[in-house]
Amino acid sequence: MKIASRPKCLTKEHFSYCPGCTHGIGTRLVAEALDELGLIEETVGVLSVGCSVMLYKFIDCDFIQAPHGRASAVAVGVKRALPEATVFAYQGDGDLAAIGTAEIVHAAARGDKITIFFLNNAIYGMTGGQMAPTTVEGQATTTTPEGRDPALQGYPIRMTEMLSTLDGVAYAARVALNSPRNVRQAKRAVRRAFEVQQEGLGFAIVEMLSTCPTNWGVKPTAALELIDKQMLPTYPLGEFKVPEGMKKVVTC
Amino acid sequence: MEKVLMKGNEALAEGALAAGCRYFFGYPITPQNELPAYLAKRLPQAGGVFLQAESEIGAINMVLGAASTGQRVLTSSSGPGISLKQEGISYIAGSEVPCVIVNIMRGGPGLGGVQPSQADYFQATRGGGHGDYRTLVLAPASVQELYDLTALAFDLADKYRNPTMILGDGVLGQMMEPVVLKPSEEIERPIPGWAVRGKRGGKAKLITSLYLEPEALEEHNLKLARKYEKMQQEVRWEEYLTEDAELVLVAYGTMARVVKGAVRRAREKGLKVGLLRPITLYPFPSEALGKLAERARGFLCVEMSMGQMVDDVKLAVCGRAPVSFYGRAGGIFPTTAQLLAQMEKAMKH
Amino acid sequence: MLEEIIISGFGGQGVMLAGQLLIRAGMEEGLEVSWIPSYGPEMRGGTANCSVVLSDEPIGSPVVSEPSAVLAMNLPSFEKYLPLTQKGGLFIYNSSLMDEAPGRGDLEMLGVPATEIADGLGSGRAANMVMLGALLARKPLVKPESIIAALAATLPAHRQNLLPLNEKALKAGAEFAEAR
Repeated sequence: MKIASRPKCLTKEHFSYCPGCTHGIGTRLVAEALDELGLIEETVGVLSVGCSVMLYKFIDCDFIQAPHGRASAVAVGVKRALPEATVFAYQGDGDLAAIGTAEIVHAAARGDKITIFFLNNAIYGMTGGQMAPTTVEGQATTTTPEGRDPALQGYPIRMTEMLSTLDGVAYAARVALNSPRNVRQAKRAVRRAFEVQQEGLGFAIVEMLSTCPTNWGVKPTAALELIDKQMLPTYPLGEFKVPEGMKKVVTC
Repeated sequence: MEKVLMKGNEALAEGALAAGCRYFFGYPITPQNELPAYLAKRLPQAGGVFLQAESEIGAINMVLGAASTGQRVLTSSSGPGISLKQEGISYIAGSEVPCVIVNIMRGGPGLGGVQPSQADYFQATRGGGHGDYRTLVLAPASVQELYDLTALAFDLADKYRNPTMILGDGVLGQMMEPVVLKPSEEIERPIPGWAVRGKRGGKAKLITSLYLEPEALEEHNLKLARKYEKMQQEVRWEEYLTEDAELVLVAYGTMARVVKGAVRRAREKGLKVGLLRPITLYPFPSEALGKLAERARGFLCVEMSMGQMVDDVKLAVCGRAPVSFYGRAGGIFPTTAQLLAQMEKAMKH
Repeated sequence: MLEEIIISGFGGQGVMLAGQLLIRAGMEEGLEVSWIPSYGPEMRGGTANCSVVLSDEPIGSPVVSEPSAVLAMNLPSFEKYLPLTQKGGLFIYNSSLMDEAPGRGDLEMLGVPATEIADGLGSGRAANMVMLGALLARKPLVKPESIIAALAATLPAHRQNLLPLNEKALKAGAEFAEAR
C-alpha cells in the first residue's frame, strides 16, 4: 500500500527555499491539489517577486512572471482572456499586502475567478529580512531593529479578513503550515480554493502562515513554535468566507 | 473605395478590432477617454472583453497576462498614466510579449494640462522604463492613419514579440476625416507557440524577464539588441516637396499636418521648403534624413515640446547642415504666419 | 480650392453639427475634408468652435489658425476671429445677437439676423442652418441638397421630422445673403 509519494506535477528540482522553511510545504500542497483535481494540464500560474518567484522550477505547469505586487492583475488578464484555464497566483506578504494592495483588493472586489495563495511569514525573505506589512508588534527585522513599534511603524495588516468583506470574494481562509494538523487543514483549504474557481463562484484566497527561520534568526523548530506564539494572536486561523452550500473545511 | 467619416478615436478602435484585437484594459485619463468609451460598447459586441482596471499599473499588468495567452491586447492612456505603465512595459518588453499601447499625449511635466502635446517623445522612443529595451513607436497624423497604423502596430508587435506604442494627441483623437475601412473579414490568426494557455499535453512554458545568471542575462540582452537592430527595417516616413528643398522641416503627428499647411503656403511665396514626417519614431528615419542632409542647406524641427525629436534629427544630420528648432507648449499650435517667420529666419542663416 | 472655415458660437447653437454637415456633404461631393472641434486653450471663454477644411487636394493642416471664412454665431466669436481672418476672407456674423460692430474693410462682411430668421420659421435652434445657407450662397462649396442629405444621414429616426424646418432655414439664409 502506497501511503505517500511525491506529487506527480512536482518537477525533480530541489526546492530552493532555505532549510527548515515551511514555504516548501505550501508549494507541495498546491501541487497535490492540482494533481488531485486533475487541473495541471489547463493551469497557468503567476509568479510574484520574492522567494516564490522560483515556483516555476518546482511545479510543472505554464507560468508568467509578474512585476512585484502585480501578480493578481496578471492573473486577472490571463483569466479574462482564457476563462477555461485554471489561474492561480502565489504571492508573499510584501508582494500582496504592501506593494500589491491595490491589485489584490480590486481583483477581489471584481470577483475575478482566480485563486490566490498568500504566503505570510511576517517578513521580507528574499531581500534579507526587512519589515513587512504583516510583521507583528514587537518583531525585530533589519528595518525595525528594536522591534515593530506601532507608534512608529503602525500595525500589522489582516488582509484575508479585509478581503472577506468584499462581495466579489467567494472563499477566504487562513491556515498555518507549522504542524501536521494545521498542514492537513491547509491542504483542504488549498483544494477548496481551486474548486471555487472551477465552479466559477468568484475570487478565492488562502493565506498560509509560514516560517522564515533564516530571517527570524531562530532554529526551524523554534520557528514553528513562533507561529503559534507570535503570529496566531494577530492572525487567527479559519475560514472567513465560504460559498453558500459549501461546508467549512478548516476546523480550528 | 467607400469612405466613411470617423473620429480619430473611433478609427483607432476600429483598426484594433479589424486587426483581431478583442481585449482592452485601461484606466480613465483625459484626453483619451473617448477611446475606452467607444471600445466599452464595441468590444462586447465583437465577443471581446473591456475591463476598467483599478489603476494604470493594474491595467498594464492585465495586458501582460492577457497577451501572454497569445491574444491581441490593447491599452491606452496619456502621459501621467503612461509613466505608471512603464514598469509593466519594461516587463512586457523583457518577457517579449506583444501588445499595443496608445499614448494620447498631454502637456507635462507632472499633471501639466490636458491640451495636445508631444512632450513624451523621449519616454516613448528611449524605452521609458527601467532596463535596456525599446518599443516600436508609430506616430499617426490622420484619421486614416489611426486606423491603418493601429492594425500595423499589432502586426509589428506580433512579428517582433515586442510592445508597440501609438503616439498621438487629443486633436488627432477628436478629429473627423474620411476613412477607407478594410473589408471586414474575420482574420484567422493562429495562437503563437510561445503563448501560455496551460500545457495541455505539451511541455510547460514560461513567460519571464528574470535571468539571474549573468551569462544568461547578457545573452538575453544581446538577443533583444539583435531584435531591435532587425526592427530598423520597419522605418516609415513621408516626404513632401523635399526634392528641391533648401530647408527641410521635420515634424510628426498633428504638428506635421500644421507644418504641411505652412509649407504649402511658403511654396506659394516662393520659399524652397519641404517636410519630412517620421511615421515611425522608433525606428527613426535617420537614413532618409542623412540623404537629405547631403543637399539641403538646413533643417527646422518643429515640435509641441521644448525640443526632443530634434536630438534625433541632429544625430541623423550629423553636422552636415544646421538644425534649428521651433517648439510650442501648453497645447498651443503655431499659426501659419509664425511658421513662415521661423522658416524665413532659418533660411537666413 | 482650399477653404479653411471656423464656425464658432455658444455651446448649444449647433456649431459642431454645422461643421460636420459641411464635411459630410463635401465628402459625398468628392472633396477632401477635415473637422476638428474646439481644442486646447481655444476652449476657454464659453465659446464652442470647430475648424473645417474643404479642399480639392489632400489636406495639409486640419488646424485652422487663419480662416478664409468665418461663421460667428455670437459676440465673443466675432471679437476673437475678426482679427485672425485672412485678407479678402468672408466673415458672416449673427447680427441677432450683437449690435452692429465695426468690421474690417479688407473682408467681405455679412451680418445675418440668423436667430430672428430661425425664430420666424418656428425654432431659433435652426440659426446654424441659416448661417450655413448664407455661407453657401456666397461661397458655393457644396450644394444645399448635399447638406440636407448629410443632415438626414446624421439625424436619428425620431428626429427626421426636423428636416423640413432645417431645409427652410438653409434656404432662408441663402435668400438673405443673396439679397444683400
